[in-house]
Amino acid sequence: MSGSGQGRLVILATFCVAMLLTILPMPEWARPFRPQWVTLVLIYWTIALPHRVGVGSGFVAGIILDALTGTLLGQHALGLSIVAFIAIQLHQRIRVFPFWQQSLGILVLLLIEHILAFWLTGVTRGITPGMAYWAVPPIGALLWPWVFVTLRKIRRHFKVS
Amino acid sequence: MSAILLSLILLVLDHRFHHLQHVRSTLAFLTYPLHYVADLPFTATTWLDETTRSRDSLIAQNRKLKDRNLHLLAELQKYEALQAENMRLRDLVDSSFKVGDRVLVAELSSVDLDPYKQQVIIKKGAASGAFEGQPVLDAHAVMGQVISVTPFSSTVLLITDTSHALPVQVLRNGLRTIAVGTGRIDELKLPYLPTNSDIAEGDLLVTSGLGGKFPPGYPVATVTRIDRSPDAPFSSVLAQPRAHLDRSREVLLVWTVPNQLPAAAVDELDPLETGGTVPEEQTGDEDTDMTPDPMTEASPEPGT
Repeated sequence: MSGSGQGRLVILATFCVAMLLTILPMPEWARPFRPQWVTLVLIYWTIALPHRVGVGSGFVAGIILDALTGTLLGQHALGLSIVAFIAIQLHQRIRVFPFWQQSLGILVLLLIEHILAFWLTGVTRGITPGMAYWAVPPIGALLWPWVFVTLRKIRRHFKVS
Repeated sequence: MSAILLSLILLVLDHRFHHLQHVRSTLAFLTYPLHYVADLPFTATTWLDETTRSRDSLIAQNRKLKDRNLHLLAELQKYEALQAENMRLRDLVDSSFKVGDRVLVAELSSVDLDPYKQQVIIKKGAASGAFEGQPVLDAHAVMGQVISVTPFSSTVLLITDTSHALPVQVLRNGLRTIAVGTGRIDELKLPYLPTNSDIAEGDLLVTSGLGGKFPPGYPVATVTRIDRSPDAPFSSVLAQPRAHLDRSREVLLVWTVPNQLPAAAVDELDPLETGGTVPEEQTGDEDTDMTPDPMTEASPEPGT
């Protein structure tokens, strides 16, 4: 665990940026299309460093995200823990895929989290979000290559391993 | 596995028992820096806009505001006279209460929250005296109530959230009911009105103060649509909030004077709304013989 202090800081910083992007003010029409930034970052770190970022990190990030966006405590935590769990199971396969194939895999992960959130809002608050809701995971999947490249650069630059 | 279990337990606790208010407040305190940073661009542009404004435009604005203030003060004189008269009349029937409320202006944070939950964050918290359950108004009407407080910010649940219900009454005839949020920012529904209740499109709904959280008499919404289907026990009534829920930048936190005598207020209202309130009163009337006469005479009138 040499240099783990710095590595932890870098990982934390990327999560913080993702959370900032999640609550950054956007025009009203764009609000429903906001990508799942935190999920994307979590998937990257679980694939890149499965021994450091896993279900526990997903859970903690989820709880903070819940407090941040005012959702029911545990809603994001549940989704992110499950996504982290699946990503860890598949990390060796996803790593060797080309970008477009990775995006497809990520799409499935994002969909799982989104469907869980959809189901939970439906059960607890009786709201069925409109069609725009289902555009979010594809947007996230399209953003994946950029997220991946950016985070990989950050990881290599700060030598986080 | 344990993470999933823990999240599920948290979900149930938070949803069913509301035990997690403290946890949530602590977490909100920890995440306050993130909220602050996310709000910075907006604060910065507002600041820049204010500091670089020309002297002329400031003078013009100042003049306009002074004019407006004069108008408002003139209006206020009229209201003060009316209020004094109202209190005197209430004194006569021995049910006067204090109207004065203390208010504090709070600025909205521009942070975006979950788009499917109707809530906003304001930049005043426990340090300014805000508390859980505090009513929040804007310049036009009731907006919502504070649901969690940190020292420097608090979260406000808007009246249009599906988990929010607000005791209201129709201003025209005092008919009491409950306005429930629909999850859409421009719509409230009144699900508990019988089909023969006296309500019309364009009626103004005001807070009734019966819940004990909101001060009575503040405007809430205007009735926009009424569907009376003969086979349903309740009519479906929709109303549009008067508050500019999606446009206001500044809100008012209200401290109501305690002991507003909700019981006295109810007594006060009953004679007014014998025609309107049907559900409990009428079923009760069928059992007893003595009291119903005025009621049963009165109720068919508005219905027909």
